[in-house]
Amino acid sequence: MSEWVIEAEQLTRRFGDFTAVDNISLQVAPGEIFGFLGANGAGKTTAMRIFCGLLEPTSGRARVAGFDAMSEAEKIKQQIGYMSQKFSLYGKLTVKENIRFFAGIYGLSRRELKEKSAEIVDRLGLASSADKQVDELPLGWKQRISFAVATVHKPKVVFLDEPTGGVDPIVRRQFWDMIYESAASGMTVFVTTHYMDEAEYCDRISIMVDGAIAVMGKPAELCAQHGVATIEDVFVSLARKATRQGD
Amino acid sequence: MSATAQSDSAVRVEGLCKSYVKDGSPALSDLSFEVGKGELFGLIGPDGAGKTTLIRILTTLLLADRGTASVQGLDVVKDFRSIRRLVGYMPGRFSLYQDLSVAENLAFFATVFGTTVEANYHLVADIYQQLEPFRDRLAGKLSGGMKQKLALCCALIHAPSVLFLDEPTTGVDPVSRKDFWGMLGRLRDSGITILVSTPYMDEAARCDRIALLQHGKIIAMDSLAAMLASHATETFAVRGERPFAILQDLRAYPGTRYCFAFGQEHHLVLHHDAGGPAAASAYLRERGHGEVGIRRIEPNIEDVFIGLMHEQSKELRGQAASELGHE
Repeated sequence: MSEWVIEAEQLTRRFGDFTAVDNISLQVAPGEIFGFLGANGAGKTTAMRIFCGLLEPTSGRARVAGFDAMSEAEKIKQQIGYMSQKFSLYGKLTVKENIRFFAGIYGLSRRELKEKSAEIVDRLGLASSADKQVDELPLGWKQRISFAVATVHKPKVVFLDEPTGGVDPIVRRQFWDMIYESAASGMTVFVTTHYMDEAEYCDRISIMVDGAIAVMGKPAELCAQHGVATIEDVFVSLARKATRQGD
Repeated sequence: MSATAQSDSAVRVEGLCKSYVKDGSPALSDLSFEVGKGELFGLIGPDGAGKTTLIRILTTLLLADRGTASVQGLDVVKDFRSIRRLVGYMPGRFSLYQDLSVAENLAFFATVFGTTVEANYHLVADIYQQLEPFRDRLAGKLSGGMKQKLALCCALIHAPSVLFLDEPTTGVDPVSRKDFWGMLGRLRDSGITILVSTPYMDEAARCDRIALLQHGKIIAMDSLAAMLASHATETFAVRGERPFAILQDLRAYPGTRYCFAFGQEHHLVLHHDAGGPAAASAYLRERGHGEVGIRRIEPNIEDVFIGLMHEQSKELRGQAASELGHE
């Protein structure tokens, strides 16, 4: 078995004559926070869907949590967590009901569910809001509950698709505290973001341009290689070279 | 028309209040400000701060509970019909006709306002040129960036004097955001007043003046330069190996007022009697962090926001706690 939690080898996905993901290769280690950057339309979502077992690659190979993305997609789904800004929680269900629902889907036992539910409510300081509908809570709290729910089954890797949009600078950083804690406990975090300061919180990042990975490495090293101070500068200089239209 | 029509304000808001839920926390709480003619004014704040509510009141789509507001000297309640002809509005959610083509959408919005695309083409030419190759594509089939550009064209095609943009750059990558702000800057230079909302604090630099909005209140309003200059809090950047451990240790350090991660560094604000950066540095060495760099920096807009939140922490902590379910 490989030591990597996520492993892609010459991964390619075409839609008709359009190559959304163009021959990408990467490895992500256990407990690593990996930032997956790129302009809108660069191919991030397509790659992420392959890693989550939701889409088959046209060619190449991807293994996630020890399973093949093509032939063992169902097994991958049990080993990962996924959270996106667009879909995360059921607004008309209460906090507790959401936790119970997702824990049920992930097959937690009744006892585990009870423990987990209490632990999440306690950790997020939600005691008096646990029976409130999620729609009534501020966005920053929805994001943190989403994360807790996406990781309720202690997955090997959690995929976060722009998890922190729209909240204030303090709340945004509180979310990253959760990411750090999870990574410290050994969970791998694979995250996309449009906040370039958040890219710098990652252990390593890659930047996709036109479906291919243009650069990959530690944020500080990438800045040094490009002779610039911030990842934003690296990002802008690379994304300006893109030829294809944003999504 | 009343005498206020001659005022230099494109937008004037006085004591505006709005609640959606009886006895709930208000969406807008006694808001007052003015936007000068020709100004590019940024409403900056997180989700739930009241940005959309304010823009909807100013575009006459929502009634305030109390207070008054005017656009180009016209009252948002009494003169709503005249205001609608004068303003352009780009809502946060894509609101064009998905089953009309690019060209049809633009023509539709021109016609609704009793004008033609040809008459005002010069206003949108710069942006529309990028859409021209897709003029026959259905709007629903456009990429996100293209939809955004088409929405801006449609909001401009009747030559409005004031343009309201509700979070036009949310979820957009840094390069497209830069490009979009470039377009806004050129529109402002052509004389259009622009009021734009955004959750991205770094966009403050592109505005003539900004208002920081939180919980329905303006917590600061000025030009970015003036706001940064008046934020006299001494701020240090801390950098070292194992950044998360450093952050946790700094938060536990008694001399720390507050400390937050900023990219590869942490920004640290110390108590006045804490012995300065030298003492903090010694403390980190004691905690086993070898080479740690601490240097004084000029605070940025997020530092200002965090600092303001801290100053108001008593009030806000109470408010946030009840909102967030803390006991």
